[in-house]
Amino acid sequence: MSRNIRDVEKALDHTFASGHSACSGCGEALGARLVLRAAGKNVILTTATGCLEVFSANYPYSSWGVPWIHSLFENSAAVASGIEAALRVTGKLGKTKVIAQGGDGATADIGFGALSGMFDRGHDILYVCYDNEAYMNTGVQRSGLTPYDASTTTSPAGKEAWGNPRPKKDLPQIVVAHGVPYVATASVAYPHDLDRKVKKALSIHGPKYIQVHVPCPLGWRHDSALTIDIAELAVKTGLYPLVEFENGKLVAVRRIPKKVPVEEYLKPQGRFAHLFRSEEGRSQIEVIQVMADANIERYHLMARPETEVEPWSPTEA
Amino acid sequence: MTQRFIQGFRAVAEATALSRPQVLSAYPITPQTGIVEELAQMVADGTLKAEFVNVESEHSAASVVLGASATGVRVYTATTSQGLLLMNEVLYNIAGMRLPVVLTCVNRAVSAPINIWNDQQDSISVRDAGILQLYAENNQEGVDLLIQAYRIAEDHRILLPVMVCMDGYILPHAYEPVDIPSQEAVDSFLPAYDPLYRLDPDNPVSMGALAEPDKYLETRYMIHKAMESALKLIPQVAAQFQATFGRATGGLVESYRMEDAEVALVTMGSLAATLKETADELRAEGRKVGVVRLIAYRPFPAQELRRTLGKARRALVLEKAISLGSEGPLALEVKAAFHGLSPAPAIASCVAGLGGRDIPVETIKRLASQPSLASPEFVDLRADVELEGVER
Amino acid sequence: MKEIRIHARAGQGAITAALLLASAAFLEGKYSLAFPHFGAERTGAPMNAYARLSDAPIRLRTQVRRPDYVLVQDPTLIASQDVAEGLKDGGIIVVNSDHPRHDIRLKGKGQIFHVPAARIAQEELGRADRANAPLLGAFAAATGEVKLESLQKAVRSRFPGPAGEANARAIQRAYEFIKNHALVAEGDTR
Ligand SMILES: Cc1ncc(C[n+]2csc(CCOP(=O)(O)OP(=O)(O)O)c2C)c(N)n1
Ligand SMILES: [Mg+2]
Repeated sequence: MSRNIRDVEKALDHTFASGHSACSGCGEALGARLVLRAAGKNVILTTATGCLEVFSANYPYSSWGVPWIHSLFENSAAVASGIEAALRVTGKLGKTKVIAQGGDGATADIGFGALSGMFDRGHDILYVCYDNEAYMNTGVQRSGLTPYDASTTTSPAGKEAWGNPRPKKDLPQIVVAHGVPYVATASVAYPHDLDRKVKKALSIHGPKYIQVHVPCPLGWRHDSALTIDIAELAVKTGLYPLVEFENGKLVAVRRIPKKVPVEEYLKPQGRFAHLFRSEEGRSQIEVIQVMADANIERYHLMARPETEVEPWSPTEA
Repeated sequence: MTQRFIQGFRAVAEATALSRPQVLSAYPITPQTGIVEELAQMVADGTLKAEFVNVESEHSAASVVLGASATGVRVYTATTSQGLLLMNEVLYNIAGMRLPVVLTCVNRAVSAPINIWNDQQDSISVRDAGILQLYAENNQEGVDLLIQAYRIAEDHRILLPVMVCMDGYILPHAYEPVDIPSQEAVDSFLPAYDPLYRLDPDNPVSMGALAEPDKYLETRYMIHKAMESALKLIPQVAAQFQATFGRATGGLVESYRMEDAEVALVTMGSLAATLKETADELRAEGRKVGVVRLIAYRPFPAQELRRTLGKARRALVLEKAISLGSEGPLALEVKAAFHGLSPAPAIASCVAGLGGRDIPVETIKRLASQPSLASPEFVDLRADVELEGVER
Repeated sequence: MKEIRIHARAGQGAITAALLLASAAFLEGKYSLAFPHFGAERTGAPMNAYARLSDAPIRLRTQVRRPDYVLVQDPTLIASQDVAEGLKDGGIIVVNSDHPRHDIRLKGKGQIFHVPAARIAQEELGRADRANAPLLGAFAAATGEVKLESLQKAVRSRFPGPAGEANARAIQRAYEFIKNHALVAEGDTR
């Protein structure tokens, strides 16, 4: 396992310039570059308050080679709605695409109302959620997308707690329930798949949602060289199923050729370290395994594939 | 008194725990997060027996404590900056419903541009909500005022939210000696919360009903009167606090070397420490300088201010907020306190330290000697920054 | 009042260093204050931490501009920062370094000590990036502002168990290094 971020980044062009201040091994920085590269230059972007905004735009510097606006933590989807309306009224919508971005906290928690409103109104916007599974910008607090048992500073493991007491909110399904025409999950471990999904989303009129799994070495407490490996394990264990919905129907999944036990994913991450210290911790790992297995069954991740993702052939890179 | 060497966050969290709140709810935001994290850990370890509600926004944090307080339990929340502004709507509601919510505001600048450093624009912006606002100079005071805040808020003559303000980074991030009182002492000072009204099936009440034009004004009048009562109560609580804990903390206004002062430096919060330092240095140079620090900003202690400031020839109001298009909001109010009075000090509005800019002693010395200042004076405005659309 | 500035990178424990130093002084009955530079923090980025020690209560909370002492925890910063900036005349700089430093420009009278804090940390703690504690041992020896025993007591109470013991040993070794090797650069390069 030696695919590191540098290899992947080499393939990218520069609408998202380097020189920003993301930590080493930041999955979110990589995710944003991949999304931008797939989107091309005729886009307007919004970004919610969070790591992405902080490390990419510190006056007088900016990494963004396309028009970009950051307003607040909770309003990325609503600001994007305004941009879309302005493009519509000036006849530029369609040629110019709108992408709203936010972290998992911005998307699933504080900005959830704005997100729901944007979908409900049917704006022609792609919303991308960079899911690093906690509030990283403020130093690793629990979000609605923090997985079960992960220790964060507001869901700490302690004498009376195993970490986050709740399972990850199933946001993609919630978005599907809004009747959104295109919903997908993706991962920085699968850059070609992410690229294809962004392009596909932008070819569809109406609201779209992509949730990208982006490890955070600092918050997940894993070696910063392992970002891609960890992301890959999340998919291969079934904990982060890569799925695509069109008009409410599951149209494709990334299959798992051979199931990896969740332990292999949890072990290298400090946020789960407390599970490995006792027998009771072990039984918590069992619970997580059951969650992974449920995903595998629910999305037929190991079944024979009329639903398999068609292989993507790189034309560039 | 036994002091411990601890971080401000920890000190505030321990003071909170000692006050025995039963429902806590807060949302992370720099530089308040440390308080929430400490409390979350205490709950996870079982050392604090309280419900910690991990919400999805400050709007919900404020609403959770509103609901819990309405149900008759003691509550706590903490926030800053954007979080406080997002709470604003709920804060008006909490005050209007006369719920004794206590919160800490870790003061920080307001967006845009986003800035996570200290000023007091956030708390000043919720000035009119009906919350009592107390400003701490150091972490010890942050602790002591918090414990006093519950006494004040829950007094049946007041029944209003109280917010203790602490300058972000400068206070909670610092490690210093703090005396954390014992549980017994706090228990003896702070009785259990005795709600006047609460949501209770045995005795149903309706909260949050509509008030038509013939009644709304009276609700405001009652809150205003409660604020006036607080002007009397705050010094009494401070005196009782001193009797219990042996430490003089709180009250409305602190005056430092003002007896014969010709120039007064007026401020709120941690800046007072630097001003006292400056006053000492200037006095060593033969200048008669003193410091007036407002501890209470709401209710506004106008009378107390007139008393401490009245003999000064000149007052520089140094504040970390601005009412854009006007002046520093504190300066405006200090001026109003002297309206129509003669003699009165010449009052200058100095806006300083916005967005976390450090305010060194030298700067204040320069201001104190400068005969004329702009209105307001933007302290230490950089000459090397291009100001688009502004003629220098 | 004595003011101390620490130069390090975020993640190296400079805030812990400042707080251990201040709490050691506190244990000796002094007043003390420790605080970080107020900045956006990112692992690996240059940062400062500060401490003030005094016999009287400490009011001042401004950033330290005219330090009496400077601790350089990460010597790779010397090339890009003026670590001696604002150092008071007669001030002392203690650098984590295996060899004497001649690349620090003093603007007035001052002394520069070096101590192989990273090496000591590697040997005692198994981590070269934990040079903070040994650097404090060197500080105690070079300045006499705090006692060796107080630093060890502070670190033991902060990190109970083996980690505290290892740090206490590292502090001791650095302390002795300075006591045995005298200073290396003294200057008035005005
Ligand atoms: C109203 C409001 N509340 C809280 C904050 C503080 N805050 C800024 S970013 C952030 C967390 C961001 O988390 P997420 O959206 O998951 O993005 P990440 O940093 O993890 O990429 C928080 C809590 C804020 N800026 N505004
Ligand atoms: Mg996140």
